[in-house]
Amino acid sequence: MIRKKISLKNLKRSLWAFHLNTGSCNACDIEILATLMPRYDAERFGIKLVGTPRHADVLLVTGTVTEKIKDKVLRVYEQVPEPKLVIVIGGCGSTKGVFQESYAMAGPIDNFIPVDVFIPGCPPRPEAIVYGIAKAWEKIEESEKRNGAAS
Amino acid sequence: MSTRQTYPLHIGPTHPAFKEPVQFNFEIEGERVITCDIEFGYTHRAVEHIARERNFIQILYLLERICGICSVSHPMAYCLAVEQAAEIEVPPRAKYIRTIIGELERLHSHLLWTGVAAHEIGFDTLFLYTWNIREKVLDCLETITGNRINYGILTIGGVRRDITPDLYPVLQETLDYYYDVFERAREIILDNMSIQLRCKNVGILSHENALAYCAVGPTARASGVPRDVRVDYPVNAYPDIEWLKPVSPLDAGREPRGDVYDRMIVRVHEIHQSIDIINFCMENMPEGAVDVEPKATKMISTLKKVQGEGIGRYEAPRGEVSHYDILDNREGPLLMKVKAPTYSNGITWMKMFDNVEIADIPIVIASIDPCVACADRMSFVDSGGRRSIMTSADLHRLSVEKQRRIGK
Repeated sequence: MIRKKISLKNLKRSLWAFHLNTGSCNACDIEILATLMPRYDAERFGIKLVGTPRHADVLLVTGTVTEKIKDKVLRVYEQVPEPKLVIVIGGCGSTKGVFQESYAMAGPIDNFIPVDVFIPGCPPRPEAIVYGIAKAWEKIEESEKRNGAAS
Repeated sequence: MSTRQTYPLHIGPTHPAFKEPVQFNFEIEGERVITCDIEFGYTHRAVEHIARERNFIQILYLLERICGICSVSHPMAYCLAVEQAAEIEVPPRAKYIRTIIGELERLHSHLLWTGVAAHEIGFDTLFLYTWNIREKVLDCLETITGNRINYGILTIGGVRRDITPDLYPVLQETLDYYYDVFERAREIILDNMSIQLRCKNVGILSHENALAYCAVGPTARASGVPRDVRVDYPVNAYPDIEWLKPVSPLDAGREPRGDVYDRMIVRVHEIHQSIDIINFCMENMPEGAVDVEPKATKMISTLKKVQGEGIGRYEAPRGEVSHYDILDNREGPLLMKVKAPTYSNGITWMKMFDNVEIADIPIVIASIDPCVACADRMSFVDSGGRRSIMTSADLHRLSVEKQRRIGK
């Protein structure tokens, strides 16, 4: 899949995320929610969960991709408008983790969609998730600077 | 042409109302649900298959990752099964620590559920409130075990870490905090008008249907079935707790009807029960060792000499989880079978959805506290004998067969 150049101009505002569970054990999912709760309060950075991929800038993917959900993952990815970021949360999304020998796995996710940031951990702490999203932001800014210098 | 028409409505597998991928196919007439069909399998990760190639200790960490919310329940049931097969007697102190960790987990799971249920009916203030008070029990678990989720504390024949006396103040502080906030939280959750309007007489599971469809856990108790593994088949420290009895909506002075509100009552009262159990365990904690054999390799070689089978039953926050293991002179079990509570409770959805409005679908789904990740470990066979979990290889085979049929 060819990736369009990420333009900072279109992502200058708050990052809205769509949470996509691709066969995870719920641990990462409840930590994403805990990140948005009053203790960690990621909404102060403008990060919030949205109900449909069409409104999202960021795809938060949890879980290693099972065979059955593979097609749905691709469909959701295509529905997210450009420019988009993909953040993988958890060890099994990054490397299959503890489910290495499983016959039901099509993943890990970077086999079929480009990933910007991996957040390792089983599950990662809410601080790590906020840090990962901040890293994604930095990544856009750097690519913007490079593109600006080249042109 | 008839004026009454039904139309299909598909919800899932990726839908913001569920945190997990599961698909519901409804037949709708007007605003009412006529029939409901459920399609599982999106989180099937072949845990039992992987377990065959791992040894007894490695399996513990695999089982924790069946479900991140009940991450003590599955290893607990597995440990009980293996200990039964190998006739290992767990030290009393380890039994009490297991109970404390299990009840802390129930506390955080029920608070989590209350928040999610409130979110499903659009009451986000309560969602934020319960998740905020839930952070306290996660802090406590982190101090005791070293992790917020997936604690890694259980092992065969005991627990891996002791609750040392310098950790008692942390536990005591957590208990005091929950005793303080409980009454206020109960009032906010149960006495709230909008919750009562949305939850009463919605998604009813009658007493007969709860028995017929083998509901377990809070779902069964809300329908007036006094079924609780902690009371019926007590393990760990539960036999010592004489006052323990299954929670019923009668505790809140309400005749059990089996609706969503009853399930909410049961879970909220179980929060208080859990705090009481932890308090009891702390007061009566016996001294002594916490482990039969601290070295994992020695434990594996002991288990390698065993031939036999065992069943472990444990009351997870969602209901009964049972594990069956066969030991046959191997480094790991010859066979491992897992039965998760959502496997029983998921079937009761069919009855609950009878005549439910479309707008109530999310809260009825959430009301059994589904854990799809737990249940997706097997092929589901419907009445027609059709397998609903199919790998791409299966589909390829079917496709080839059809091609052959057409080609003839």
